[in-house]
Amino acid sequence: MATRQHISHKFDEEVEEVTSNVLSMGGLVLQQVGMAVTALLTRDKALAESVIEGDVKVNTFDVKIDEQCNRIIVMRQPTATDLRLIMAIIKTTNDLERIGDEAKRIARQAIDISARGTVPEQFASIEQMAERVKDMLNRSLDAFARKNIEEAVSVINLDSKVDRDYENLTRQQITHMMEDPRKIPASIDLLWSARSLERIGDRSCNICEYVIYLVKGKDVRHIDIKELEEQLEE
Amino acid sequence: MKNMMEVQALTFTYKGSSEPSLKNVTLPIEKNKVTALIGPSGCGKSTLLRGMNRIHDLYPGHRYDGTINLLNSDAQGYTDILTIKKEAELIRLRQRVGMIFQKPTPFPMTIFENIAYGLRLTGVKKRSDIEEVVERSLRDAALWEEVKDRLNLDARSLSGGQQQRLCIARAIALKPEVILFDEPTSALDPISTLAIEEMISVLREKYSICIVTHNMQQAARISDYTGFMYLGEMIEFDQTDTIFMKPSVKQTEDYISGRFG
Repeated sequence: MATRQHISHKFDEEVEEVTSNVLSMGGLVLQQVGMAVTALLTRDKALAESVIEGDVKVNTFDVKIDEQCNRIIVMRQPTATDLRLIMAIIKTTNDLERIGDEAKRIARQAIDISARGTVPEQFASIEQMAERVKDMLNRSLDAFARKNIEEAVSVINLDSKVDRDYENLTRQQITHMMEDPRKIPASIDLLWSARSLERIGDRSCNICEYVIYLVKGKDVRHIDIKELEEQLEE
Repeated sequence: MKNMMEVQALTFTYKGSSEPSLKNVTLPIEKNKVTALIGPSGCGKSTLLRGMNRIHDLYPGHRYDGTINLLNSDAQGYTDILTIKKEAELIRLRQRVGMIFQKPTPFPMTIFENIAYGLRLTGVKKRSDIEEVVERSLRDAALWEEVKDRLNLDARSLSGGQQQRLCIARAIALKPEVILFDEPTSALDPISTLAIEEMISVLREKYSICIVTHNMQQAARISDYTGFMYLGEMIEFDQTDTIFMKPSVKQTEDYISGRFG
């Protein structure tokens, strides 16, 4: 990794500014996910509504960072690490924006569940999954900020646990729905939220893959974790 | 794919200099590919290029150590061009390995004669043969359409970009196998530069090309392989994509990303 400064200080400043915007956006998205999960678990309609409103701020970051990246590409024609950083930023921002959308979806489910008044069976089981996903997102942002590959790999490793949480939750809810069809609407709301959480986990992994690409120059998308670790050992 | 040329462990010292300007440099020139040399001023890239058709030897007293192999015309085996001694053979070498310089160097004669002159020197006499080669060369250099109606005008009436393409046509007329470009576009405007780059990408189908350029984006755009040189050494040589996206050597990274110095 080139840690040296560019001859053009302005270039360094531009890169620093866009990087710090990505981290601010990440912080905001993490907050949105946290609030959406709380709103879901506590059936807090007001909190859920504030999450939906807050998505505008996430989108504003998305547009702004894209503009900054466009500008850097046009003005600086980045190469090597600089090029990979800009690519990683564009892709990370895209995933963060979509994570923001998932938070908004969870908030909508929270509103639906609170309006319906019936609590889905085994509602609390989603909490463990939510904690894990928040941790993954938090750590993926940390890996990005510190360009830390070990952290990135450990987040990718967690994804199978989230997938298992999601499977278990789906199985439970299917059982409840079969036992009592009146529970179907509430169960479906819960499953939608779980699905959103599972997607957030996937997108956190994507961010970690971009970190690996940024640091190592290796594209590790679309391969399984074992293959990934082998490649990194090379 | 076979290499058209192979510079191997070349150390080159200019006459009167105690320090070599090239130190143990190795460079393959693959057939029908474009190889770019980049590096800061004084790194030895032009010195290397000028060794590849022995144009240094227009002034005597320089010292070469190592080998520069050129694929024989029958594609069977190589000849070390550093062993060439006879002047006539050196002239023949410079036909086979042509060079285009930074500033266009048209002769003070008509467009037609600029190309015909070299042909006559090599013994082509028949007018119709000469006319045929002039047209083909100008077409290959993407200049024919612009000058076909004014072949008898003074070549210096052409624009800088056209003059440069004329010089390329002049080199092509002698049927070279390798064309060396020494910063061919640094004196040209962006549009003429693109025209030359476009032409190089077409020329590649027939010739093997080595280009020295200060414009890194140009190297990234038109070359298949790139060598980064610094202080007379070949620091890194690899596929162009690799050099610009994921170089292995930190010095290369620092140079291409504007962190050098």
